[in-house]
Formats: sequence, C-alpha cells, structure tokens
Amino acid sequence: MHIIENGNVAAALGVLLCRANVIAAYPITPQTPLTEKLSEYVESGEMKAEYIPVESEHSALAVCIAASSAGARAFTATSANGLLYMHEQVQWAAGARLPLVMCVVNRAVGAPWNVWNDQQDSISQRDTGWIQMYCCDHQQIIDSVIKAYWLAEKVSIPIMVCYDGYILSHTYMPFEVPDQEKVDAFLPPFRPDYALNHEEPANLNTVTLPDVRMDVRGEIAHGYMEIRYLLQEEMRTSLTVVAEAEKRFTDIFGRGGDPFIEPYLCDDAEYIAVGLGSLTYQLRVSVDVLRKEGIMVGVMGIRFYRPFPDVAIANALKGKKGVIVFEKALSYGYEGALVSDLKSALYEHLAGTGALPVVQNFILGIGGRDIRTEDLTQTLRAATKSRVAKEPVWIGLKI
Amino acid sequence: MQAKTTILSLPTEEFVHPGTRACTGCGLAIAYRVGLKAMGKDTILVVPPSCLTVLQGLFPIASTKLACLNVTFASTAAAASGILAALKVQGKDKIKVVAWAGDGGTSDIGLQALSGAAERGENFIYLCYDNEGYMNTGVQRSGTTPIGALTANTPFKGKLQQKKDVPAIMAAHNLSYIATCSAAYPLDLFDKIRKCVDMPGTKYFHIHIPCPPGWGYDPKYGIKIGRLAVETGYYDLYEIVNGEFKLTAASEKLVEKRKLKPVREYFRSQSRFRIITDEQIADIQNSIDAKWATYYKKDE
Repeated sequence: MHIIENGNVAAALGVLLCRANVIAAYPITPQTPLTEKLSEYVESGEMKAEYIPVESEHSALAVCIAASSAGARAFTATSANGLLYMHEQVQWAAGARLPLVMCVVNRAVGAPWNVWNDQQDSISQRDTGWIQMYCCDHQQIIDSVIKAYWLAEKVSIPIMVCYDGYILSHTYMPFEVPDQEKVDAFLPPFRPDYALNHEEPANLNTVTLPDVRMDVRGEIAHGYMEIRYLLQEEMRTSLTVVAEAEKRFTDIFGRGGDPFIEPYLCDDAEYIAVGLGSLTYQLRVSVDVLRKEGIMVGVMGIRFYRPFPDVAIANALKGKKGVIVFEKALSYGYEGALVSDLKSALYEHLAGTGALPVVQNFILGIGGRDIRTEDLTQTLRAATKSRVAKEPVWIGLKI
Repeated sequence: MQAKTTILSLPTEEFVHPGTRACTGCGLAIAYRVGLKAMGKDTILVVPPSCLTVLQGLFPIASTKLACLNVTFASTAAAASGILAALKVQGKDKIKVVAWAGDGGTSDIGLQALSGAAERGENFIYLCYDNEGYMNTGVQRSGTTPIGALTANTPFKGKLQQKKDVPAIMAAHNLSYIATCSAAYPLDLFDKIRKCVDMPGTKYFHIHIPCPPGWGYDPKYGIKIGRLAVETGYYDLYEIVNGEFKLTAASEKLVEKRKLKPVREYFRSQSRFRIITDEQIADIQNSIDAKWATYYKKDE
C-alpha cells in the first residue's frame, strides 16, 4: 500500500509492522510525533505492546534494556539532548549485546538551545558500539526499521536508525507500506539465546574482571577484555550480515540496492560528493546541474556509518580525482568525524596505489542553518577546480 | 492478621550461597538472605551498583540463586518497569520483580526513576537498604547519611544536614504499601514482604543496615547497634498501608512501654559520631522525645 505521510509516521509504521512489544519513550522535539503515533497504536489495540511513558530518556533506554534482557522486542526513539542524556545507557545496551532498535531523529545539541536539524547528536555516539544507519527518505526510514530488527537480532548488537529532524521527520512524501505477511516472513519472532527467567536464573552484567576467570565447573569464562573484543569483532563481521539482510529484504520486498553506500552517477565521475542522510539527495540536484556544465561529479550516500563500510567506500572512490565530504557535525578541534574515517579507509586500502583522491571537508547546516542547493552547487564547482582549504570549510557562515 | 514468622517457621530454602563477598558483620547480608526467602524463587531481581553488587560476586560466579539483572546506577526502578513490561507481554505476570538498591542509589541518583515508576504504579517491590552512605566507594556522604556523621567527604565537621526522609517522599506518591525495617529485625522484614506481595503498584521498603566499616564498630555488635537505633526511638519501624501510618514490631512495643533508651547510647556506640557533642546529642534527644510524644498521644 502506498501512502503519503511524514517521516515519523513512516518510522512508527515500521515499528508496528515489526511487532515490537515494549516501547518506552520520553518526549523531545522532533521525535514526539513518532512516539505519539506509537502510543495511539497501543491504546487503540492495533499494536499489542506495552507503552511506558517514562520520566526521562535515561529511563526510556533502561526500560528497553531490561525488557530486551527479559525477552521482549523493545523500541525507543529520541533526539539531541535526549540521546546525550541516554549516553550511559547507550553504552550499556551495546555492552550487554541487546538487539534494540532506536530511531534518532537528528537534531542539534545544546548549548545554546536549538531544536533544528544537524547530526551532532548521533555522530557523537559513534564509539558506543551501536550500529548506525542513515536514511535519505521516508521509504528508507520504514525499510531501515524493518531491516534493523532483523540485523540487530541476528548479531546481538543494538541499532540506531537515524534520519534528519524536520527535513524528513515532519515532511510528507509517498512511500510504500509493506504487507504485514511479508514483514512476518522477513522478520521471525524474537527468540534470544537467553532471556531472564526464574526457572534458569542467571546474574547478568555482574562485575567482570580484567582477566579471564574459571567458573564453578572449571571452565574458563571471558574477562571484560574478551567480552569487549567480541563486540568489536562481531561488529566488523556484521558487515557481511548487513549484505545478507539487504539481499533477504530485496528478495521479499523487491526493493534494495548496495547495502552500504548509495551511489548516484559515480561510475564515470571524477569527483564524488559524500554525505549522510537527506543531504545526499539534495546534492543530486547540484550534480545534475554540474553535469550539464560538463563537470564529472557524482554523489555517494553512506547508509551504514558503524560498522564503517571501509572496503565499499574505498572501492567506490578508487582512482577518483577528488572526494568532497559534506557534514552536519564535527569532531571539535579537528574536522568532521566522517571525513576522518573516510580518509583512514582510503589510506588503508589505496595508499601507494596512485589511486588516492584528494579529500576536502565542508561543514554545513549546523543547528538547522538553511542548506541552499545553489550553495552546494557552487561549493562543488569550486572544489572540483582546486582544493579550497586544508581545514574544514563552513558553508554559509556569516562571521 | 498473619502469624508472625519465627526463626523456627522461617523457610529453610536458601537463595544466597554462603561465603559471599560482603564484609564481616554486614547488615545487608542478613537482610538480603532473609528478604530473598520471603520473595521465593519466582522472582527476578534488579540491582544497581552498590555493596550488593560486590556481595553478589564476580563473573562468572554469583552468590545469588535468583535471576538478576545488574543495571546502571540511576536506572533501577526504570529497569524494573522494563522487566515487568516484558513479563506482561509474554503472559508471565505471576513472576515477582524486586529491586534492591542502596541509599545513594535510591535517595540520590536513583530518585527520579523511582519517583517515575511509583507515579506510573509499576507493580514491583523496591527495597532501599540504607547503610547511610556510599559505603561501596569508601564511605562518602549520601542523602540519607545522618547529621553529625563523619564520612570520607565530611572528614572533620561531619555531615551538617539532616537525613533525607525517603519513605515520606514515597508516601507522597500514594503507594499501597511502605514499610521501614532494620537488619536487626530480619523476621519483621520477612513478614512485611510477605504481607505486601499481592498489593497493587509499587511497594517501598526502607531498611536500616548497620555497616561495620562505614559506621565504625566491632562487627560483632551490628545487631545490637541496629536494635539500639530502634530502642532509642531514633529509627522507627512502621508501615504506611494505603496511606494509614502505623508503628510496627519493636517500635509498636515501645509505645506500649512508654520508655525509650537514651539516644546517647546509640551515638556513643559508633566512631562515625565521635565528634558529636553532648549538646548536639541533647538536641537530638529533644527532637526524638517530641516525635514520640505524638506517638504516645495517638495511642491514648
């Protein structure tokens, strides 16, 4: 069924179709319409779930962590300072290896207060051990939620499904809502290896020593370092599971593509613009303009930021003259986090091959500053002529 | 009224293995052992970082025989809500969820989540074991450290502020059941837990827990000091059932006797109070006498 709705409703429909059965949330703009919609589904009986209206985001994720530990399929969503307030729990969920799905409706973080869109909130959670997916339109939002539950439960790693506040959350566009039967075929019920229960009591997340330790049967149990190593190892190998998820999804729903990156006119391009989220669709308009001028430029959206698809990115950028990375967030004191990661992937896979592109970094749209397509076009035009600057350049700055 | 449990009628099944990592003479070890007997095996525990985390042991060996989820410091009551929700959607409503948190984890960092869960009426038992300080991190002051107590971060002057009255805060949430208990009266704790198990919503327990290293006394005197707190009228055992306040157990008997031990005996039994002056003790005695005068009046 095709409908016209906003991005938050697309996310809510995804959660409904996935039969999440414990939802906890605390209101924050621009996430609120998503969780309000879920409370509607639950109160009307359309969704068989418990909806816990908690007193904070820290508690929202606490509810999800505990519910998932006890065998429920849990969901929450937040934005900006809500996500930052959760930070301790974000790390905990990953360490406890719980397959939670959380929508992050991207918004600028305080101070000063700002409710508009950028991506500093989710980017600042990069190193927490969560998988991060970024969406460019409403179809990707609903599809990503569905893929995320399958993937999270397959690899026991929590997933943030990130989409731009207002630009996607509050705008209306058509998208297809998959049939429940197809979603059920794609996503089996959640059956964890162990769920807290009184018949087989276990003590979860107890103090774990720096070194390995023998259990009462004489078997060696992991130390803290082994447990954390496995999170990294399984996060890296989850890249193959991401590909499997995409194939499975395409087989059942007839929609899909490259699981890691979303290229647009990249094959013959000499320069590639790179970004996360809705911005990359806006960049396509600039690319179309520049192509008419004879400038060979393409756009590559990155769909998974963690685990970082370094091989896919290096392959796509190999031999290009230049890469222009646009970011709505940055690692203060250096440059955008994405551009650092991207350069590291290029160095790892292309150093010494003579195929290393020049990389430039542009910061834009911070705190909801308007991103004008004309500015993107001009920036790309200039960046394909020569290297604009070594430091990241802020687009539209009035200082 | 249910029959009072005696040491002979207490269930023999143990849910805590012997030889835990608790300190010698730990009041919590007593309350925890007897408390778990009252709850029985159809229970899932929620525990934030605290002395209880240490008592429970180090991965992969646990001293508790019940299912237990260790959670972040501030999230105990929210985590209990999450387990309840998961049990409900799986049709396992009969399983009890019980949170055990320390006084810091309750009166300070965990208060917001506890208030939220209580306001939502989450159906679980929350026990605050109050050893009156951050004992696990080396005896720092908490919201429930009493006035006059020396701690690692009130090292010379002692704590200058009053103890936070957490049961009164919980009473403002209109709970079905609130009780104060003491590790020195473990059978009273047992009976109170059994009494409230089937009551609706959040049930709150505040348990006074003598702590040898934190309070400064010879470990063999833990029960004696716990009892002194009650016998001097300094720490009262009571229940608030659906809003009705009633002194219980040893405190109830003190009303009948009309005779309290001097609070000086309690203060002079612990080195944490070594700088407290006779004048300060006299002030505290006066406030205890005034409080008990109201209890006597109600009894007339």
